[in-house]
Amino acid sequence: MSENIRFHFDVDGENFTSAGEASVAVKKKLRQLGYPPDVIRKVSIAMYEGEINMVIHADGGTADVEVRDDEIVIVLADHGPGIPNVELAMQEGYSTARDNIRALGFGAGMGLPNMKKYTDDMVIDTEVGVGTTITMKVNL
Amino acid sequence: MADYKHSVSLELPKCKGCTTCLKRCPTEAIRIRDGHAVISSSRCIDCGECIKVCSYKAKRAVHDSLDCLKKYKYTVALPAPSLYGQFDRLDNIGYIIRGLKDLGFDAVFEVACAAELVSAYTRLYIRRSDVKKPVISSACPTISRMISMNYPFLIDNILPILPPVDIAAYLAKEKVKADHPELGDEEVGIVFISPCPAKVSYVKNDFAGAHNFITDVVSVRDVYFALLDVMKNRADEPLDGTESGMIGIGWATTGGEATAIFNERYLAADGIENCIRVLDQIDNEDITSLDFVELNACDGGCVGGAMTVANPYIAQARLQTLKRYLPVSHNRPGSEWIPKEYFNERGIEYNPANLLSEDRKVARQMMQEIESIRESLPQIDCGSCGAPTCMAFAEDIVKGEATADECTVIMKMLFRDYIEQHKEKSILDKLAAQTLGQRSAPNKEDPQ
Repeated sequence: MSENIRFHFDVDGENFTSAGEASVAVKKKLRQLGYPPDVIRKVSIAMYEGEINMVIHADGGTADVEVRDDEIVIVLADHGPGIPNVELAMQEGYSTARDNIRALGFGAGMGLPNMKKYTDDMVIDTEVGVGTTITMKVNL
Repeated sequence: MADYKHSVSLELPKCKGCTTCLKRCPTEAIRIRDGHAVISSSRCIDCGECIKVCSYKAKRAVHDSLDCLKKYKYTVALPAPSLYGQFDRLDNIGYIIRGLKDLGFDAVFEVACAAELVSAYTRLYIRRSDVKKPVISSACPTISRMISMNYPFLIDNILPILPPVDIAAYLAKEKVKADHPELGDEEVGIVFISPCPAKVSYVKNDFAGAHNFITDVVSVRDVYFALLDVMKNRADEPLDGTESGMIGIGWATTGGEATAIFNERYLAADGIENCIRVLDQIDNEDITSLDFVELNACDGGCVGGAMTVANPYIAQARLQTLKRYLPVSHNRPGSEWIPKEYFNERGIEYNPANLLSEDRKVARQMMQEIESIRESLPQIDCGSCGAPTCMAFAEDIVKGEATADECTVIMKMLFRDYIEQHKEKSILDKLAAQTLGQRSAPNKEDPQ
């Protein structure tokens, strides 16, 4: 069994246009590794949504991806405001994004639901005022 | 894809091995080896960026010459509408059409006419309920090749209708068959006048499959200069003008194809980097409210191709004047359904050109090595090693295509350490004197 491959990215909270860069970089790596297109797509969409969330709500954070033999694990961590009601946040269309964010086409309330939809396992660890860590797994 | 025929080539003696093209290649297909550029055949998408940026004109587009007309008894010119935008103060496209006949072509079939038919059938196609949205234009071969390499999930979004040039070739061929049944297949030349190398590759690799009726591809540039000569000698007004309307000619510039869909849910982008960003967002399902996406690898659209003469935006302004008094569309489809001859049956396959190894275990091991090498590199992406980025250099080392000592930054550090250890500081002065001496030597002989 070979050692797991890890990628680390800092997600810049200042810049909307750079949101998604980590997801694009990981997509390229997974293509080089020869993973099937559907796996790459799941990882890419889940990561992209997570990155956008960190930029909108938490002033950025970090994205860590670990490629294991049987799964890909994505950990998105931020020191943002935390999610007061996870159940509510998981509902499609629920969003706390400000109007200026929505004007950019973000904040449709599909971020977390999409992340859950495209991954095989998702755990949200959040504390109000401290931050949020989301761990997602995509099976191979 | 090993036998892929590319249309971007290098004139070795002219290449200085600088890093200009290296840094601009969107697929990292170029390396500098032994003092000159080398293009990776599997990664090159024939976008022509390297041709446009080369300071020494060492990169060339490969295409047929106008001498190809001599090979045939009967020839048809298929001018791309971008040709029309090359001429200054032209007020009637008829001058170009007559000029092409003066150059030796027996007939002219405008690609713009076929473009209007493709627009009409695209309108029918996107109304179908079984169609994957957004539909992505099939017209730019560079974009199609990019999708085949990096966006397997978007392959089904590509419009399955053939690009206008293939429809033009098909219709031209049909017309020759009807008008001159005595001519054999080998006696008829169907010659496409192309603005870019990507379309040359598209034709030479038979991407239209059985529907490829084009026999030769010449450049807009060559035809432009040849036409200047013959057009000068004819002062009289031509009898016939263009048979295309505004829509067909509009295809030469960004937005022309998309606006012809008559549906505001479209996106039209140009420039390869912009196109890549748009594709990334569509791939992430981040743009969901679109029906049609037109992507042009070149700035300004086809008028920005590497085989044109005029600046793309000047060409665009000229085309606006030329199409001003034309009808919206001049060519109407003959049916309410899309004829089977209009579909590309060859399809596009996923071709992951950047795959490290077929064996995923090997690929993973290589990726680990790449990551650890990359961490030890300076990460300034200077290109001096011959790879566009430190990451690409790390990949090359692991693939056995480069060695770590080619990193000039690391070598400089090692050299400094060596000097420090041996306390031979004077060697630096000697070396400096030597190199400066060598550099100034030829200047003395050269009065300039």
